[in-house]
Amino acid sequence: MIAEFGLAALWLAAALSLLQLVMAAVGLRAGRGDIADAVRPVAIVGGVLTALSFAALIALFVRSDMSVRLVAQNSHSLKPMLYKVAGAWGNHEGSMLLWVTVLGLAGAGIAVAERRLDARTLTATLGGQAAIALGFFAFLLVASNPFARLDIAASDGLGLNPLLQDPGLAFHPPTLYFGYVGLSVAFSFAIGALVNRDVGPAFARAMRPWVLGAWIFLTIGITAGSYWAYYELGWGGWWFWDPVENASLMPWLAATALLHSVTVLATRDGLRAWTVMLAVVAFSMSMIGTFLVRSGILTSVHAFAVDPTRGSFILALLAIYIGGALALFALRIGTVRAGTTFELLSREGALVLNNLLLTVILGVVLIGTLYPIVASATGVQLSVGPPFFNAAAGPIALALMVVLAAGPLLRWRRDGWDALIGRMTAPIAATAFAFAAFVIFAPYRGPLPLAGLSLAVGVGVASVAPMWGRNLRRTPLFTWGMVVSHLGVAVALFGMAADSAFTRERLLAARPGQITDVGPFAVTFDGIKPALGPNWSGLEGRLSVVRGEGGRFVLRPQQRFFANPPTTTNEAAIATRIDGQLYAVLGQPDGAGRWQLRLWWKPFVTFIWLGGGLIALGGALSLIGRARREGRAAARAVWA
Amino acid sequence: MRRWLIWLPFVAFAAVLWVVASGLLSPADRTVRSHLIDKPVPAITAPAMVAGKPGVSSATFASGGPRLLNVFASWCVPCIAEAPQLMALKRAGVRIEGVAIRDTPDAVRRFLSANGDPYATIGNDPASATQLALGSSGVPETFVIDGRGRIVMQHIGDIRADEVADILNAVREAAR
Repeated sequence: MIAEFGLAALWLAAALSLLQLVMAAVGLRAGRGDIADAVRPVAIVGGVLTALSFAALIALFVRSDMSVRLVAQNSHSLKPMLYKVAGAWGNHEGSMLLWVTVLGLAGAGIAVAERRLDARTLTATLGGQAAIALGFFAFLLVASNPFARLDIAASDGLGLNPLLQDPGLAFHPPTLYFGYVGLSVAFSFAIGALVNRDVGPAFARAMRPWVLGAWIFLTIGITAGSYWAYYELGWGGWWFWDPVENASLMPWLAATALLHSVTVLATRDGLRAWTVMLAVVAFSMSMIGTFLVRSGILTSVHAFAVDPTRGSFILALLAIYIGGALALFALRIGTVRAGTTFELLSREGALVLNNLLLTVILGVVLIGTLYPIVASATGVQLSVGPPFFNAAAGPIALALMVVLAAGPLLRWRRDGWDALIGRMTAPIAATAFAFAAFVIFAPYRGPLPLAGLSLAVGVGVASVAPMWGRNLRRTPLFTWGMVVSHLGVAVALFGMAADSAFTRERLLAARPGQITDVGPFAVTFDGIKPALGPNWSGLEGRLSVVRGEGGRFVLRPQQRFFANPPTTTNEAAIATRIDGQLYAVLGQPDGAGRWQLRLWWKPFVTFIWLGGGLIALGGALSLIGRARREGRAAARAVWA
Repeated sequence: MRRWLIWLPFVAFAAVLWVVASGLLSPADRTVRSHLIDKPVPAITAPAMVAGKPGVSSATFASGGPRLLNVFASWCVPCIAEAPQLMALKRAGVRIEGVAIRDTPDAVRRFLSANGDPYATIGNDPASATQLALGSSGVPETFVIDGRGRIVMQHIGDIRADEVADILNAVREAAR
């Protein structure tokens, strides 16, 4: 019954989104305000129905209803409850249902919350939202029905890939989806503004919280995903330039650019066309990313099911939405008046430069990700990896750091070089000092890590510079947000550069009792003993570690064997210290009593994710600050 | 802004779409090409583990006609699925050398009596040393080796019924 209820709710929601689209179009064309007004409640009911449908799917997974194909293929009655629930979105159909659910709830959210936007623009926006939803509903109902029953119920399920049985990862896909779909709202706003020829500060202010919210979720999702790959895969790396990672990075780059340009539009009424363009690009990147991941067109460590029909379906949706939006942009943007202009050396100028550099990085990542497809069309098999991405995107990212340091210290409209250099004295001095220190004390680390380390120090100083001489208690929350985010960038950059400059690695075949050292640690391999978990058995190595004169501590890297489905995973043991992490992986025995061990000492590697967290926290502060100010403005408007 | 410049994003997207669509319609060749193709079988020694069958070593391949080297294990479910195809190949006159990965003699004997025995030799590889030397990442995998001891083909995964002909062709090709 639950499955049928879920499917019925999904069909109804799909029908409502068709209704929403038609009503918005008729309301706008015929100028029928009464019809347009009814679009709001339809959007709300549609959102509720998709949420009910998704709740039904979760209920099926919780009850382990093995008569439902998706449950039987992806769950198992013995799985811990958390992973039963997470199993609902840990597969293709379920994750697409989650996607439309978030889309539906976002549409309902606009309908409930947005009160200040021009009514016609809002109607067009909701129409755009319905158009996007409709395509994904069709995709779900035609090509990936999550509620399909088995003719004969399975006796038990096949289980969830053990690599994915991790509390962090249970919430990783939903976080990214909130980000992707949040960008769909920005996309719909852009469509609404283009349809209604209404690109201005009011539109930017309405769009900004959605962009900011989506960007926060993307930042958290990427940071958490990177940490997951780091400790779960046992390869010791934190970013692999894998197509699936790039699929989440590209929307983030576009959203970061959009976040900055929307601020220019909201406060200075500049960059109109560019902001609309970015809003279209940001969600396009989300869809292209989803397509790349879901179609299996690129070979990736994220081995999702490969199905060309589904790939063709998503590709058709891409062609319609992105192609349509870009065509609409080209046809309409000429009728949007130019906004206010500004000098090159100004806050706006720095933001434009930021946007350009982010866009170039985005282009580099996109080309690198798609290049294997181009190459295979000419019969060449290749993969594009870190050597390309680091060399191509690294220097541009460092240039972006310089802009990031200077931008917040510039005035709006116009500024002077002398004044800027005066304000930049401390950051420049800090960079030079750090550079000299690293050259003297840690030479020969390569140009990129060295530049990264020195710039990180300079950017760190510059990021807090806007706070100098201000009354901290009276500084608005969104300024705090900017400062915290920028500081987070510096912290993350320091972690990345330190990791690539100072990591020590040791690979050995160790006998019990053998002592080896890695970085400042002396590691003793004590031996192997069996270990047991709820749905796995395994082997556990015991390493006792001493650092200098300090106390002894124990690391226990494991190899786990899962029965459903049969898989072996490596559980790295990680000891976190204030200045880095010691990372140990247990490998295979050599049959003669020795065990393969892999040890890394990674100085300041934690700063990468700490920085990511700070960036997201800054976003959250900014969002709260803006919401408060908007709330006060709305209250004033009511009382005036 | 010039009129045509406005269409630039649209054109760029159309190009991306074309690339992706062409990639989708002509699915990428996912064959993993072994670096050992056209190279001699690497130095391996897998001693005998089942009574009456010699083990496998590099010397096994030095002389004689083309043959298969099948990497298998009694604990591997796809190997059971593959067994009828190996038997069919044996009946077609193909000589098959076997290497049992991380296995025990008793388990291998039970596996052979349950699923048939296509192997001329079976080498014991308790710690995957032979498997690693061959560049094999899992079980089952099958190598086609010509009469001079050169690897001409690596088949990853179980040999399906419709793939028997391909393997047979490769063996006949190697005989020439």
